[in-house]
Amino acid sequence: MEKKIIELLCENARLSAAELAQRCGCSEEAVAAAIKSLEKQGIICGYTAILDDRALGENRVRALIEVKVTPKREGGFDEVARRIAKYPEVVDVMLISGGFDLLLTVEGTSLAKVAGFVSEKLATIDGVLSTSTGFILKKYKESGRMMQKDEEYERLKICF
Amino acid sequence: MNGSRSVSERFVADHISTLPKSGIRAFFDLVNTMDDVISLGVGEPDFTTPWSIRESGVYSLEHGHTSYTSNLGMPKLRKAICAYVEKHYGVEYDSATECIVTVGVSEAVDLALRAVINPGDEVLYSEPCYVSYPAEIRMAHGVPVPVTTRVENGFALDPAELESKITPRTKGLILNFPCNPTGAEMPLENLEKVAEIAKKHDILVLTDEIYSELSFEGGHRSISSLPGMKERCIFLHGFSKAFAMTGWRVGYACAPAPLTDAMMRIHQYAIMCAPTVAQEAALDALQNGEEAMLKMRDSYRERRDFFVAGLNAAGLKCLVPKGAFYAFPSVAATGLSSEEFARRLLEKERVAVVPGTAFGESGEGFVRCCYATGRDELEEALARIAGFLKSF
Repeated sequence: MEKKIIELLCENARLSAAELAQRCGCSEEAVAAAIKSLEKQGIICGYTAILDDRALGENRVRALIEVKVTPKREGGFDEVARRIAKYPEVVDVMLISGGFDLLLTVEGTSLAKVAGFVSEKLATIDGVLSTSTGFILKKYKESGRMMQKDEEYERLKICF
Repeated sequence: MNGSRSVSERFVADHISTLPKSGIRAFFDLVNTMDDVISLGVGEPDFTTPWSIRESGVYSLEHGHTSYTSNLGMPKLRKAICAYVEKHYGVEYDSATECIVTVGVSEAVDLALRAVINPGDEVLYSEPCYVSYPAEIRMAHGVPVPVTTRVENGFALDPAELESKITPRTKGLILNFPCNPTGAEMPLENLEKVAEIAKKHDILVLTDEIYSELSFEGGHRSISSLPGMKERCIFLHGFSKAFAMTGWRVGYACAPAPLTDAMMRIHQYAIMCAPTVAQEAALDALQNGEEAMLKMRDSYRERRDFFVAGLNAAGLKCLVPKGAFYAFPSVAATGLSSEEFARRLLEKERVAVVPGTAFGESGEGFVRCCYATGRDELEEALARIAGFLKSF
């Protein structure tokens, strides 16, 4: 049941306990208890909205930043990664295999603000060797959702 | 000849001009002129064909696979079909001689009937049923003989009732379970009795398995898998419902070689072969489509539970259908005929359902509601139906 609940919530976190119960074939109480336990265990860390912010009219700039790091003798990458993660500008931090170490998503209200964060804060952190910043120009898909729907396609209203 | 008929009308063959047009054509025309209708009137999935299958179609075109295939269909596809039928239905067919790919299962039904009916042969079918069966039997110069299925039997075919309709002219029987429009399944016990009757009276069984993947309680059995039945069965199936591929038009028939050969003779002259692009997409459906198909099936089951509970709560008595994506509630409580109910519901509440009489006389007193539509729309439709019922 937990697996099914997680699957359904990852698809749509706004499903009510009643809907989840129906779709998992168990009681509402059991669903509520399972969700509470998943939250308590830290398996579900939170719920957020997927935005297509083009229409929002706000200036939101996001960049993906590749960071090379010198691992610490004790604590490896974790210490630097945790430190970077503390900045509110930083949305995601992931340790990545391959040509660099950490991949960040950084958000700001303007290009200059993000650039300033990189040069003044991120790049000066002890252990950060180099950064490579790519600004996000357009989003097509996020968390399984297409940002642009296919054109409406008219189906028959009645058929057998 | 009727003197009032125009010159061109008089050219139409007798057995076609007497083919009954659906009496509820006017109702359907009305639905199609209205814009803000919530339609529970369709007979197809609300999903778009899974991307992997669509991509195979695109790939096929990109690579210029635009010529005919063999009459029976692409050998690769036939092999995959026979493996699929063996795995899921437990019947072994030889892909070289016992399988033919058709333009939807509709063509397969037409081929099968034309291949076996001599003029005047009677063909039995359970009713309420898919609209095409009686018409196709007539087009093949046969005589359609309905066997009524009843709500008190869960709309399963009653073997005794079937046997009472058998005459020396009975040639065949069409089965379609899970059933469009009732969503009924055949309990194994009934299916076994029907098989015994078919053997006893030497009847051929055409089994239309188009909804068989969408059987929610599990354990669907095809009559062709019962002992001694393969030789007297034509197994008809396709990709439309399970893989959400209605517009691709690809289906198939599996049957012993003499029957397949007879169907192939009609098919080769009338159709040549099913569209190549659709055959390649269908192959992908068998190779890669199972996960997506099971997900769609689960989604229909969830919506069934929700929608049928809603109908019953609103006061339309409805059995829990065991398969397909239709609910077939009774409208008897309103005192209206099926057609009157559907017309008033459409005009007053802008919800379209299909009058049960579209599926034969025995559909009177029922309407077919397709729940393969968005959950929000189903909720809204239920609210409107509940409102409508309050006026009775």
